[in-house]
Amino acid sequence: MKQGYLVLETGEIFEGKLIGELNNMVGEVVFNTSMTGYQEIITDPSYAGQILTFCYPLIGNYGLNDLDDESFQTAVSGVITGDICEEHSHFQATKGFQERLEQVGVPGLTGVDTRALVKVIRKHHTVKGMITTNPEVASLQDGDDVSQNFWVDTVSVKKPVTYENEGPHIVLMDYGYKKSILHALLQENCKVTVVPYHFSYEQVKELQPEGVLLSNGPGDPMKLQPWFSEIKKITESFPTLGICLGHQLIALAHGATTKKLAFGHRGGNHPVKELLTGKVQMTSQNHGYVVVEDSINYNEFQVLFLNVNDKTVEGIKHNSLPIQSVQFHPEAHPGPSDTEFIFQQFLHQVTTSGGRTYAKA
Amino acid sequence: MPKHNNLNKILVIGSGPIVIGQAAEFDYAGTQACLALKEEGIEVVLVNNNPATIMTDQSVADKVYIEPLNVETIEKIISREKPDGMIGTLGGQTGLNLTVELYEKGILDKYDVKLLGTSVESIQKGEDREKFRNLMIEIGEPIPESAIIEDFQSGVEFVKEIGYPVIIRPAYTLGGAGGGFANNDEEFEAVLKQGLTLSPIHQVLVEKSIKGWKEVEYEVMRDENDTCTIVCNMENMDPVGVHTGDSIVVAPSQTLSDVQYQILRNSSLKVIRALNVVGGCNIQFALDTTSNQYYIIEVNPRVSRSSALASKATGYPIARIATKCAIGYHLDEILNPITGNTYASFEPAIDYIVVKLPRFPFDKFSEGDRSLGTQMKATGEVMAMDRSFEGALNKALRSMEMNAHSLYLKSMPGKTKEELVELLKKPTDLRLFAIAEAFKRGFTIEEVISQTEIDRWFLIKVKNIVDCEQKLASHSWEEAPVDLLKTAKRMNIGDRRLSEIFNVPEKEIRLKWKSLNVKRGYKLVDTCAAEFDAVTPYFYSTYQGADEVESSHGKKKILVVGSGPIRIGQGIEFDYCSVHAALAVKKLGFEAIVMNNNPETVSTDYSIADRLYFEPLAVEDIMAVVEKEQVQGVLLQFGGQTAINLANALEDEGVTILGTSMKVIDQLEDRHEFYSLLNELDIPHIAGTTINEPEELVPAAEKLGYPVLIRPSFVIGGQSMFICYNNKEVEKYLTRIMEDGNDRCWPLLVDQYLPGMECEIDVISDGENIVVPGIFEHLEKAGVHSGDSVALFPPVNISDSIKKTLIEYGEKIANHLPIIGMMNIQFVVHNEVVYVLEVNPRSSRTVPIMSKVTGVPMIEWATHVQLGKSLKELSGGSVGLFPEPAYYSVKAPIFSASKLKGVDHVLGPEMKSTGETLGLGVTLEEAFSKALQLSGKVSAKESAAGEEPTIFCSIANRAKEESLDSIKAFAKEGYKVIATEGTAAFLAKHNISSETLAKEKVLLHEFWKNKQPDLVLNIPNEGRDGEKIGFYIRELAVRYQVPYYTSFDTLKPWINLFSSENEEEKPRTLGEYRQLTKLNEVGACQ
Repeated sequence: MKQGYLVLETGEIFEGKLIGELNNMVGEVVFNTSMTGYQEIITDPSYAGQILTFCYPLIGNYGLNDLDDESFQTAVSGVITGDICEEHSHFQATKGFQERLEQVGVPGLTGVDTRALVKVIRKHHTVKGMITTNPEVASLQDGDDVSQNFWVDTVSVKKPVTYENEGPHIVLMDYGYKKSILHALLQENCKVTVVPYHFSYEQVKELQPEGVLLSNGPGDPMKLQPWFSEIKKITESFPTLGICLGHQLIALAHGATTKKLAFGHRGGNHPVKELLTGKVQMTSQNHGYVVVEDSINYNEFQVLFLNVNDKTVEGIKHNSLPIQSVQFHPEAHPGPSDTEFIFQQFLHQVTTSGGRTYAKA
Repeated sequence: MPKHNNLNKILVIGSGPIVIGQAAEFDYAGTQACLALKEEGIEVVLVNNNPATIMTDQSVADKVYIEPLNVETIEKIISREKPDGMIGTLGGQTGLNLTVELYEKGILDKYDVKLLGTSVESIQKGEDREKFRNLMIEIGEPIPESAIIEDFQSGVEFVKEIGYPVIIRPAYTLGGAGGGFANNDEEFEAVLKQGLTLSPIHQVLVEKSIKGWKEVEYEVMRDENDTCTIVCNMENMDPVGVHTGDSIVVAPSQTLSDVQYQILRNSSLKVIRALNVVGGCNIQFALDTTSNQYYIIEVNPRVSRSSALASKATGYPIARIATKCAIGYHLDEILNPITGNTYASFEPAIDYIVVKLPRFPFDKFSEGDRSLGTQMKATGEVMAMDRSFEGALNKALRSMEMNAHSLYLKSMPGKTKEELVELLKKPTDLRLFAIAEAFKRGFTIEEVISQTEIDRWFLIKVKNIVDCEQKLASHSWEEAPVDLLKTAKRMNIGDRRLSEIFNVPEKEIRLKWKSLNVKRGYKLVDTCAAEFDAVTPYFYSTYQGADEVESSHGKKKILVVGSGPIRIGQGIEFDYCSVHAALAVKKLGFEAIVMNNNPETVSTDYSIADRLYFEPLAVEDIMAVVEKEQVQGVLLQFGGQTAINLANALEDEGVTILGTSMKVIDQLEDRHEFYSLLNELDIPHIAGTTINEPEELVPAAEKLGYPVLIRPSFVIGGQSMFICYNNKEVEKYLTRIMEDGNDRCWPLLVDQYLPGMECEIDVISDGENIVVPGIFEHLEKAGVHSGDSVALFPPVNISDSIKKTLIEYGEKIANHLPIIGMMNIQFVVHNEVVYVLEVNPRSSRTVPIMSKVTGVPMIEWATHVQLGKSLKELSGGSVGLFPEPAYYSVKAPIFSASKLKGVDHVLGPEMKSTGETLGLGVTLEEAFSKALQLSGKVSAKESAAGEEPTIFCSIANRAKEESLDSIKAFAKEGYKVIATEGTAAFLAKHNISSETLAKEKVLLHEFWKNKQPDLVLNIPNEGRDGEKIGFYIRELAVRYQVPYYTSFDTLKPWINLFSSENEEEKPRTLGEYRQLTKLNEVGACQ
C-alpha cells in the first residue's frame, strides 16, 4: 500500500497507508465515536463534503452488505481510520470496506493514530484538510475546497419519488435523507413521497400529504435561507416532524438562530434528556450546527429535549400546532433506536389531526 | 431525584472466600460500593469472612464484620446494627443467595431493613430458571428450548423430545458449577445427576445446545427512573459452549454489524426493564453465525466478573454507579468520574480494543481435566488494551506468566497432527496455542474454522501474528528489515519473544529500538474516545500512535508492581499488599505509580494510584514506564512472586529496586547460599541438597533418607512440590517435571521431610530492628502447604522459649542480610528444635490477616522503611514480637474441588486452595467453629431427621494407629462408623464396630447414592494418584458435598467441640475484637 497523508490547514500532517481513490477534495475533518455502523455512516448524505475520522480503530471487520447503505451514494469526501480490516467476516458481507472506497472513488487512510487526530480537531474546533500523497500544507491550495459547497443540492432527489402504502401520506422533504427515515415511515404503513429540498408550499400541498417530514442533510442550515418562508408555511399547514437539519430548518423558519458547535456531535452514545419525564435516552447524532436555545420564541415553542452533556437543544415542539423536531436521529442506523417513539408520536399527530390541512394563522 | 431519605446506615454483604467463579472482582465491586456509600455520609456495615480483601479494611467500611456468611449470623448482625437498608447485589452469587434467603425468611421485614437496588422479586426472576423463562416468553424474547428438571426420569423424557446435543445448567451454583454438555445418553446421565446434586434447590435446566454460535455479552445499567444504558458489550472468541469466564473475550464486539449490535442492545434493554433491575445487570446472548437469530442464554441481575471487566475496559465504574442508583440517584445526576464533566447516563465509546485471557490452574494441576465447558475452571484473568487485536492479544499473552509469553508454546511443535487437530476440536486452555501451531504448519483458515468454529475474523488476526513471526524467523537479527521489525512491534510482539526468535538477549533488542526510534505511546482510557477532556490518569500503551500522556513533574515517583492474574498460590492477598503499598507511598508525599494487568482487582481501580498503567508485567513494559515516568525506585515486595521474579532483570537494566537488595534475594532463593547463610548464623535447617541433573535425584534422596520433599527452585504456592516415600515415587515425580518442560524448575531442591509442627512469621525490618506482629501456628503438621493449612493466632502450642527462638532467628536473618521491608519465614518445630524451612523476601499470604487482627499497618510500615524511615519511628518505639491480642483468629483454606475434575484435593506440600476464610472468636472453639463453619454440624444430637450421623473412614496403613483416638471420639459421640475393609478390620480389633465396605468403585458409588455420610476421614497413602480408590472416595465426597478430611489435625477442632460447652457464636466487629484486652471483658461489647 502507498503512503498517504492527511494534511490539515492548521499545519498538522498525519501519515498512513492510502486506500480508495484520491479525489483532491478539501473538506472539514470531523470525527465519529461509534464503534459499529461504518457502512451506514459513510453512506449518510449528511457527511457530504466532510473527511470523516473513525475514533474506533478497527473498521471493516464485518465488511459491507447489500442492506445497510443509508443512501445511494457514499457521501463522505474521505475516511481516516486506525486499522482497516482487509479480510472481513460476516455472513451478509458482499464486499470489503476498502473495495467500496475504490469503487466510489473516495480516498481513505489506514494506520493513522485517529485518537491523536481527534485531539487536534478538538483543539482547532473546525479544521479543513485533504487526503493526498504530498505531505505539504501547500498541497491544500491545489485541492478543491468543497467544505462550503451547497451539498444539499447535490444529494437531494431531483424529482419526487413515491412509495405507495396503505397508511397516511407523508411528504419527505429531502435535504439528504437517510434511508432509515423512509423505512421508519414505511414501517408505520405510511405512503411516502420524497420531494426535492426546494419544493414550495404549493408544490407540497398539491401532493395532498397528511404530514411532512423534514429530513437530515449536510452543511450549514443557513444555506437554505431562501426557502425558510416556504418551510414556515409548510409547517403551519401540515403536521410536521423535523430531524437533524430538518429540525434546524424548522427552528430557523420560525425565527430562531443556529450556531456551529465546537466540534459537533457525531456518534451513537449521546444522552438526551426528555424534559417531561426526566428520562434519558441514548441517541444517534450527526450534526455540526445547533439551534441556539435563547433564540427560540418561547411563545410559540417549547424545548422538549436537552443534551445531558453540553445542555444544547435536542428537540422542540410547537405550543399549539402539531410541529415537532429533534436534533438527534430517531431512525438510528447506526446507533440506538431508543427514540423511535418519535415516529409514532408524529404519526399519532398526523392521524388525530384528521389529515386536514390547517387554516393559516 | 437525589438519594432516598432515611438511609443512614446500610448493610453490605461481601462474597466470601475466593473460589473459582467468584474471585477478586467482588472485592473490587464491594470496595467501590462501600466507598460510594461513605462519601454520601452513610454508615456502612460490612459482612465478609474473606480476610484477604481490601473491603474488609477498617478504612473501607465503618463497621467490619469478618464473620460467617450465613443467614443466622447476618440476622444477628442486623439485630445488633439495625441498618436502614441493605445491598445484596454486590457480593456475587453468595451475596445474592443470602439476600434472597434473608428476604424469604422474613428477616428483612422483621427488622425493617429496606432492600436497596434490585428487588428480590427481580433477582428471582433473573435467577430462577422457570421464572426467568416465563418472563422471557411473556416479553417475547427468545430462549433456547428447555425444561426445568427436578428428577432424573423427567430429564430423560425431555431429552427424548428435543434430542441431542443438550446443555445442563444447575440452578444457583457458582460459575455454572456442575453443568455441562451431553451428546448421548451416557453423558447425559452423568451430567444431569451431578447437576441435580450440586444445585442447592435440586433443580437444573436442560436445554437445546446452541454450541458454536457467537457468544456476546452486554453490561446494562438502569436507574429508578427507567433510564437504561449499555456500558459495554463483549464478544467471546470461543463460541458458545465455553463458559464466558474461561473464554477469550474482546470488548467491544468485533464481528457484529450495527444492526446486530442494536438487535442485542434492544433486547438487553427490554430484559433489564422487564426484570425491573436498579443498578447493573449482565446479559449473555448466543448469536447465530449465519442469520440475525439470537437467544438469551443467561442474565445476572447483579455486578459480576464481566462487569468488573467492563469497568476496567471502559473506565466506567459499574459497581460505584450501581450503588448510587441503589440509593436513589438517577444516572444523569451522577458525574462520570473519569471525565469529571459528563454524566453516568451515557454509553462509553472506546477507541482501542480490549482482550481478556483467562488464567487456568493447569500449570499446577497437570493431571486435571483441561477440557472447557459450561463449568468455569479459570482462577483468574488478565486484560490488555491496544489499538489492534494483534497488539492486545500479544500483550495479554505476556501478562499471563505461564510457560508461554506469546502464541508459541513449547509443547506444541511436538504434537502429532492428530493430537493437534484434537486440540483444535476440543476446547482446552491450550487451544489458542494449538491454533497458532496449526497455522505455522500450514493449516488453512477454513480448516481451523471447521475444527474450532471460531469466527474467521479472530483466526485471521491470529494468523497475522504467526505469519509475522515466521517472516521474522527467516532473517537474522542483524539483517531483519526495519519495516518488518516495526510491523512486529505494531503487533506488540514481545521483546522476549523476539529474543527467542532471533536468539539474542532482550537487552540488545531494546537497544535496537532506541537506535531505530521505535517507541510506544501511551493513551488515556477515558470512556469517550477523546470526545471530552478526561481527568483520570489511567493509561495503556500502544505501538500504533503517539504518546499523549505527559509525565508529571514535581513529586518524586515510586512504582508499585502488582501481582498479575490470580492463580493458586498467588491470590487476592497480594493485591491487598499492592494497594496498601500505593497508599503508603502517597502518604509520604511521593507519587504512586501502579502497574498491573488484572482487571478483577482493586489495585487496577483508577482511584487507588496517582497514575495507573494497565500493562503487562514483563520487563520491557516495566522498563518503558520506569523510563517514561523517571521513577525513583520500584517496590517489588508486594506483588508476590511475580514481582520478585522480575528483580534480577530490572536491576540488570539499572533500575533502583527499593528495600532488600537483589544480592540478598538471590541469597535466599538459592538453596545452597541459603543453607550456608543459616549455618553461618547458627540456625538449624533441614538437611537438603540441590540437584542439577535428573539422574542425581534418586541417589540424593536415598542419601537423605525417606521421606523427602522435592520442589523446583523458583516456585509459587508449592507448585510441583511433593513428598516422596520411596524411589518409585521419586521417579514418577521426575517424569512429570520433565514433561512440564519449564526451565525455571531447575535446579531441584531435595530436603529431608520432618513431620513437625509448622509455624510462620511475617517480619518487617529496617535492617536494624524488626517488628513481628504475631506468630501463626499451623494446625496441620509440616508437609501440608502453608496456604492449605488451617492456621491459628495467637498460637496455642508454642512455648514462650520457642517463640523467643523464632523471633531471635528472624532478627538474626533480617539484620545480617539485611532485609529492608518484609520477609516471611516458615519454621518447623520438631522435637523442640526450631528449623527454618524457608525465607521469602517479600510480603506473604498471611499479611492481610495479621494486619487486620492486630491493627498493625504492616504494608504501610514495610513500604515506609523501604523509603528510608526507621521502624522505631513508625512503631512508636516498639520492636520485636508484639503482645498477643485477647481473642483468637483461625484461618481456614477453601478449595474449589468441585470445579476441577481430575484434581485430587488431598492436602500436601503443593497448594491447592483458591481462597480462605477467617473465623474470629473469644474462645479458640468459637474461632474454629466460625472458620470451619462447624456450627450446626458438630453434635450428633443435632443431626436432622433423628437419624444417627455417620462418619466414613478409609485410613492408610501407616496412619491407622494414629486414627484410633479420632474415630473413637466420633463413635462415642454417637456417630455410626462406616469403613473400608482394612480400616474396618483394624477398628474391630480395637473394639470399634463399623459397617464394612469393599474398596470397589461400583459398590462405593451405590452406597453413596443411597445415603451420604456426614463426614469423611480419608488418610491417603502419600504420593500423587498412588491410591485410586482413595481418590475416588474424595471425588464422591466432592460430588455429594460431604466435608472430607485428609489430615487428623484438621479434624481436631471438630472433636474438641464435642466436649466444649456449646456456647452460641456471636458476631462482633473487627473494632470490637481489637478492643478486647482481657478475655473477661468480652461481655462489655455484646
